[in-house]
Amino acid sequence: MQTSRRDFLKSTAFAGGGLILGFNWFESVASKPVAVTAAAPLNFNAYLSIGMDGIVTIFSPNPEIGQGIKTAFPLIVAEELDVDWKKVKVEQAPLDTTRFERQTAGGSGAIPHSWKRLRVAGATARQMLINAAAKRWGVPAAECTASQSMVIHTPSGKKLSYGELAQEAAQIAPPTDVKLKEVGSFKLIGKSIKGVDNQEVLTGKPLFGIDFYREGMRFAMLQRPPAFGLKLKSVDATAAKAMPGITDVVTFKNNVAVVGKSTWEVKKAREVLKIEWEKAAELENTADHDRIFKELMADNSKATVRRKDGDVEAAFKNAAKVVEAEYQCPFLPHNPLEPMNFFAHVREDGVELVGPTQTPQAARNDVAKLFNIAPEKVSVQLTRMGGGFGRRLRTDFALEAAELSSLIKAPVKVIWTREDDMGGGIYRPAVRYRFKAALDKDGNMIGYALRGVGMNTANSTREDNFPSGCVPNLLIDTAEHKSPITVGAWRAPITNFLAFAEQSFLDEVALAAGKDPVTFRLELLDKAKNQPTGAIKYNIDRTRKVIELAAEKSGWFKKRKGVHLGFSVYYSHASYVAQVAEVVVQKGKPVIQKVYAAVDCGVVINESGAKNQVVGGIVDGLGHAMYGNLTFKNGEPEQRNFGAYRLIRFNEIPADVEVHFVNNGIDPTGLGEPALPPTGGAAANAIFKATGQRLRNQPFVEQTDILG
Amino acid sequence: MAQYKLKINGRDYQADVASDTPLLWVLRDHLGLVGTKYGCGIAQCGACTVHLNGEPTRSCVLPVSAVGGAKVTTIEGLSENGDHPVQQAWDELDVPQCGYCQAGQMMTAAALLKKNSKPSDAEIEATMSSHLCRCGTYHRIRDAVKLAATKTK
Repeated sequence: MQTSRRDFLKSTAFAGGGLILGFNWFESVASKPVAVTAAAPLNFNAYLSIGMDGIVTIFSPNPEIGQGIKTAFPLIVAEELDVDWKKVKVEQAPLDTTRFERQTAGGSGAIPHSWKRLRVAGATARQMLINAAAKRWGVPAAECTASQSMVIHTPSGKKLSYGELAQEAAQIAPPTDVKLKEVGSFKLIGKSIKGVDNQEVLTGKPLFGIDFYREGMRFAMLQRPPAFGLKLKSVDATAAKAMPGITDVVTFKNNVAVVGKSTWEVKKAREVLKIEWEKAAELENTADHDRIFKELMADNSKATVRRKDGDVEAAFKNAAKVVEAEYQCPFLPHNPLEPMNFFAHVREDGVELVGPTQTPQAARNDVAKLFNIAPEKVSVQLTRMGGGFGRRLRTDFALEAAELSSLIKAPVKVIWTREDDMGGGIYRPAVRYRFKAALDKDGNMIGYALRGVGMNTANSTREDNFPSGCVPNLLIDTAEHKSPITVGAWRAPITNFLAFAEQSFLDEVALAAGKDPVTFRLELLDKAKNQPTGAIKYNIDRTRKVIELAAEKSGWFKKRKGVHLGFSVYYSHASYVAQVAEVVVQKGKPVIQKVYAAVDCGVVINESGAKNQVVGGIVDGLGHAMYGNLTFKNGEPEQRNFGAYRLIRFNEIPADVEVHFVNNGIDPTGLGEPALPPTGGAAANAIFKATGQRLRNQPFVEQTDILG
Repeated sequence: MAQYKLKINGRDYQADVASDTPLLWVLRDHLGLVGTKYGCGIAQCGACTVHLNGEPTRSCVLPVSAVGGAKVTTIEGLSENGDHPVQQAWDELDVPQCGYCQAGQMMTAAALLKKNSKPSDAEIEATMSSHLCRCGTYHRIRDAVKLAATKTK
């Protein structure tokens, strides 16, 4: 966050009395507060209102996918406002690019982006309420303080509630120099606060996109190409059109849409479509990918250099020992439990979109482009999402709903079945890595080379991550295969597998060097600190701290009989996470019984939400490392539902996950993703210690008999 | 198409649907009871779990014609005021992340506790393993089932 930005507020009394505050952080605009009315178009980034009944409504602009942003954002505002949390009402704001910035759920970026602006928002409103009270009492504002939705005149003990002050406060010019609280003095931030939607979630209220209903709305399912590389040749929809409840069958792009009065009717009618598909591109098999990976790995002419330090060739020539290993993972579907769905109503005067999207602005822009209309003509209402994991960063589902609505001239909700969702995905791409390390006679890593071969991924590495900077001679390069299979961001893109491969390989190198894995990592960090090579884009001290904390909490250096520990540490999305997996052997099989996590995300906003993210990230990381596998035959995904595709279940989780936060007061960073990348490596390193088997590929179940 | 009379959450409903329509879609599309969720359609994920005469049942594979006079309970009818012991426990332990699977999880947990108010860890595991939570809230689900057990009379 740039501190040079001018933060200022706008205020107005709104109909019925009360205070509405909006916040604008554009650098270039005038800094004078502007009076506006609630009905006027407001150039706000966020706003809160205080009713005369004392209820504070805080609008949460960002999409809620289960990461807890709808609780975390208002919590930050409420902290600086000194409001009684019980009097806060949280409402989901629609997409509004004139009021808000970055209404996106992605990259674990919402908290770092909004941390300061949300605090300034709360603190400014608090000061206006204090100023209003001081004016009424005729006392200096400096003699007043605020607590639990009350302004208090300290010398006299007089009190006024926020509700009583709201109208007068709205007339006060918003101060531009408010003081934010000291990090150590937070009353709400850092506590465990329950999800603001809990009651509605737990009583089955219609919150999710798939729950959306509009009178007169049609239901639709699309038949999309069943394999990557096929396109539509011909459709015979006679039988489908004759099915009960069917109102339209329309074809657009490579889709055949069956439209009707209910989900079940359109699903059944879709089954009787007679469609011919034709080949438009190579129909790839998983075996083809395995071959392509090996070919590209061996071809230096296809590689693009991402980072080069020193002289790697010489380092390997002079090495006392060379360690080399290759790691590979499959494609993965995102599988949010709520399948893709979207509502669209294309009218003469504009387009209404409602549904689960991580990127409402992109949905608006893409739909506007489709119809060649101004983006302002497209409204997007955000629903709670039954998971996202990156799949809902895309806009395909919103586009097809909009296009279909325009063709049938009716409001429509498009629903994907699980088979549609898993089979027509935008997958985590398969990738293969080759690591090489050169050790000198004392076990120092003097050379490091990594080649990543990606599928539709130009750079499958993170070339500036650890251990870059710790090794004098280093080469990181990448090659890419262009596939007809669509790929995209999947929770912790790239690092969700790169971290596993790198952290597993570092254990292989530590073993070859005869060093303890934790000591080996700390020694590398010492080198980055004392003799850095090239740019270092992670914080060495923070990395060290989480390593030490995880080692301490897991009892890393205390040997326990029959207990095997595996270590991993990773920096992603600006947070630092170290993990230790604890494995025992039962009935001859390794069992991961516990995972310890040490997390540095700076200030912890909501302890309950933060722990939920860390534990969930670990379970997710472990589940996909152990079981996740999407394979292709003639371009067609071979797993299309939870029968053939295995997601981790209750009986397969580690019995315990212990989470420790560094909580060092540094401005907070995100947690939606950073806990996931280290998990697979910690597990594989522990399994190696327990069994002697080095797992270099995912899923683990394809290589070893593992007990969940 | 045929008329089906259904007893849901203590109320009488009628739906004019094809006989093979799964109860899930009758609830969601025809009766406006959308708390019961679609996740897989093949009884693998448990998001669609309702009670049929008190038994946890996957409504996505239950044709409406097979419901007959059975009493159906959905998440909307699990308690009058959203304060069933499992709902209280789920809230107290702040279980949900995205929350999509939780209605199904709670329906199964509630049925378990009705039969067995003090389930062992193994019984909880065996029962709850039939549900998927994509966000990975299983640890809190486990603790919430145990907490709900202490609240169950």
